[in-house]
Amino acid sequence: MATVDSTVRAGAPVAPGADVGPPAPAGVGPYRLGLRRLRRNKAALAFGLLFLVIVVLCLCAPIYANDVAHTGPNANHVTDTVKVGGVTKDVVGPTGEPIGPTWQGRFFLGADQNGRDIAVRLLYGGRNSLEVGAIATLITMTLATLVGIVAGFFRGFVDGVLARILDLIWAYPVVLLGIALGTSLALGGISLGPLHLQGNSLLVPALIIGVVYIPYVAKPIRGQVLGLREQEFVDAARVGGAGPLRIMWSEILPNVSSTIVVFVPLMVANAILLEAALSYLGAGVQPLNPSWGTMISDGIRLIPSAMHLTFVPGIMLVLAVLGINVFGDGVRDALDPRAKVRLEEHAEEASR
Amino acid sequence: MSDHLLTVEELRVAFRTEEGVVQAVDGVSFHVDAGEVLAIVGESGCGKSVTGMTLMGLTRSPNARFDGRVRWGEQELLGASDEALRRIRGAEIAMVFQDPMTALNPVQRIGKQVAEQVRAHTDLEQGAALERARELLERVGIPRAGDRLRAYPHELSGGMRQRVMIAMALSCDPRLLIADEPTTALDVTIQAQILEEVRTLRAETNAGVILITHDLGVVADVADRVVVMYAGQIVEEGTLDELFYDPRHPYTWGLLGSIARVDRPRPARLPAIAGAPPSLLAPPRGCRFGPRCPHRFEQCAELPALEARDGSEPSHLDRCWLTPEEKRAKRQVGGQIGLEAA
Amino acid sequence: MTRFVVRRLISMVLVLFAISVLTFLIFQAIPNGDPAARLAGRTSTPETVAAIRKSWGFDQPIYEQYLTTMKKILSGEVISYAQQVNVLHEIEQDLPATLSLAIGAGIIWLALGVLFGLLSAMRAGRFSDRALTVLALIGVSTPVFLLGAVALYFLAFKASIFPNGGYVPLTQDPLQWLYHMILPWLVLSVLFIGIYSRVLRSSLLDTMHEDYVRTARAKGISERRVLLRHVLRNSLIPIVSLWSLDFAAVIGGGAILTESVFNLHGVGQYAADSIAQLDVPPVMVIVMLGAFFVVVLSAVTDVVFALLDPRIRLTGR
Repeated sequence: MATVDSTVRAGAPVAPGADVGPPAPAGVGPYRLGLRRLRRNKAALAFGLLFLVIVVLCLCAPIYANDVAHTGPNANHVTDTVKVGGVTKDVVGPTGEPIGPTWQGRFFLGADQNGRDIAVRLLYGGRNSLEVGAIATLITMTLATLVGIVAGFFRGFVDGVLARILDLIWAYPVVLLGIALGTSLALGGISLGPLHLQGNSLLVPALIIGVVYIPYVAKPIRGQVLGLREQEFVDAARVGGAGPLRIMWSEILPNVSSTIVVFVPLMVANAILLEAALSYLGAGVQPLNPSWGTMISDGIRLIPSAMHLTFVPGIMLVLAVLGINVFGDGVRDALDPRAKVRLEEHAEEASR
Repeated sequence: MSDHLLTVEELRVAFRTEEGVVQAVDGVSFHVDAGEVLAIVGESGCGKSVTGMTLMGLTRSPNARFDGRVRWGEQELLGASDEALRRIRGAEIAMVFQDPMTALNPVQRIGKQVAEQVRAHTDLEQGAALERARELLERVGIPRAGDRLRAYPHELSGGMRQRVMIAMALSCDPRLLIADEPTTALDVTIQAQILEEVRTLRAETNAGVILITHDLGVVADVADRVVVMYAGQIVEEGTLDELFYDPRHPYTWGLLGSIARVDRPRPARLPAIAGAPPSLLAPPRGCRFGPRCPHRFEQCAELPALEARDGSEPSHLDRCWLTPEEKRAKRQVGGQIGLEAA
Repeated sequence: MTRFVVRRLISMVLVLFAISVLTFLIFQAIPNGDPAARLAGRTSTPETVAAIRKSWGFDQPIYEQYLTTMKKILSGEVISYAQQVNVLHEIEQDLPATLSLAIGAGIIWLALGVLFGLLSAMRAGRFSDRALTVLALIGVSTPVFLLGAVALYFLAFKASIFPNGGYVPLTQDPLQWLYHMILPWLVLSVLFIGIYSRVLRSSLLDTMHEDYVRTARAKGISERRVLLRHVLRNSLIPIVSLWSLDFAAVIGGGAILTESVFNLHGVGQYAADSIAQLDVPPVMVIVMLGAFFVVVLSAVTDVVFALLDPRIRLTGR
């Protein structure tokens, strides 16, 4: 179904040993079937829930900051003290050592070397990381679908140009391109006509990550459209008087929709990871704005004495990405009709 | 009674799928003797291919369930160990598959692939095995066999590839050849040549042949006995003459009636059997062909047993409640054997 | 066949050209920004900026700028104004560390990726397969710099099994070189092992159901032989081509994160430090050369595969 070529890291599931299987009960489309299969996949649902919980937590950052921690993500409390279990401790010790998790309202997860509340930064940073990830995914999916469908449908010159552009962007290693754009845009931002973005706007890394991944999605979609285009139902629509725009919208788009759906969770995961990497290097989210990546890079230098600075955002990052990855795997299994691997867990005692 | 080469008793093969259990083969019994060609006929999905593959243990899906007996000489094949089956495969029982384009390894040379089978069952060295491969290619009529040893599958035509498959199958002098739709992917002229190979094989080595096909023309050409399958069961079994001249099941009438005849005037419409094969998830109670049969009556609600219903021909079995007289009458449609529209 | 090779090489040259233009545009021609100021970096004086503008020709028409930039890069004349060092010299000094990391990790991840993929496919559906899939998923979801930090903390700092980062040249002390490289190798490999084992697993499972594998079994050859000579050999082809792309990408810049965590003083770390200080010239040169390397290696791989795969070799397609 989703014709993902071998250079795409999407580990597709498996073909069955014998393709004896009755046709689906009449009237149930692939999405309903897919939903049913997804509901049976407990692991995917659990991890999807995990991701959702993290998202909700991060969205509640302002509530947490105001009502629980009583501080903001960038507020320095270097000289403050806090009472932990009856003992008054420095938020940042005389040797520069920040306090570890207090498990209380203030500094629940400890502080960093600037006296900032880690828990608050974690949630705000998560919000930023997730926001960048979401916008980037939106950019990628929209543009990739557009380019993929147009290139595959019109072929000829249009496809020639678009495919070359896709190849060019793809020939550039993702991290390098991200770094190039990130570094270049960090100082001065970008202005294209009416669009003015400051260097430290969140939209800059979102835009970069979104653009960088366009070929990753556009190429498989283009491949699929090239195949669909040859099928009779397209000719039938054309004979019926439909113009190219109508055909692309009502005939082609629904058929690539499952490919698109499968890609979304994958893209979110990739975007979050790339953002973390770029921010860690300094080419992504720029300071003052916290993000999980910048928090990790801030904390790495202090690992021996204050490892919570790195581990806390790190664990959140892994959990979030793992959640969306497992869920995404489940979505792909559900929509891919060849995914009969699950049955093998019942067939342990099979004859051969 | 002479010992049969292969005896299949009450073979059942089921697949567990998300939607339920699909009973692909449901109580199939037959036998093959040395030197005879048994044809298994039926439409797609009737279970004939699964039957053929299961005989050699090639149905390896982890959600498959087997039942019944497959006897090869003294050995029981169903449930036998992998090692025991491996020794039989390719040596005593050989198989030819449907699509020669995909059945050969695309990145290995022909000679090597044939030699591989030889070396799996003999002690020959690579050089000697390749020489034997060359002999085999010559035997099946491939010109310039020596050169062809180093060729890759995509360099040969479809007919040639199928001949290579046959050469591989013959390489260790099998006593039984199972051919699964060997000519379906080939055009008619090549088809004739391949069938000639099968005949030659039988004449020269007295091997038994199981020919699985949906093409009655092929059956008429080479078969000695025929088994007709429908929805996982055998509905009729008999010699070639019995089946073509005295068919005793409405489904067989339908099959025969749907052949386009050169020696008759063109019909207004090509006759076809109305309806579609039943879902094997929940096969109909009673006679499985019932829903599509224009001659259905009350008793058909009970599944008929496969048995000889006309005492004089013990080899001719069928699954139809109609009396022999009714059958003779009802199968005449427009002057020839056929199934009238329901 | 030669036609194929020639076409591939021409396409490679075109892509190289396009990449150079793209890189140039990204660094020198982004609207709303003074390219000279960008090159000068964070700590710059107006005089430096003016001098840069003149030296790089930013008052010239854009194609002339491009030519000047390319000439500077390819002749090794680019200097980092913030650090006052020649970029290419620095890169040359840092290359051995990067190569050590990439080659060692590449071998490890290919070997282990194939091994785990094979194990997963052979035990498909059983517990060990599921366990490996879970591990692969975790490997894919963990950023490499985080894993490196965790590994350093537990294995180097706390347990002192491994050194706390740093690079010892092979020529200086092979044993120490090895000792320092093991942890970076493993950390860098984890991500790829996860991906490769899953790709190989699904490729193997697909191949196992191909018709010619069924034929091979019908011939009566041993299951082990079927697996190795028919299934694995055909499944490895896409894996190796994937590997060469990833290997090139690692050398071309993917190693950045690992190097900076382990303080390996490789090209990647040089790039990382430069980025952190927004020192543009080294980043530009490294990005350009890195991309070049990837494109060239990808073309070479395609040609080598054409030589190996008989279908392409004989039909030129």
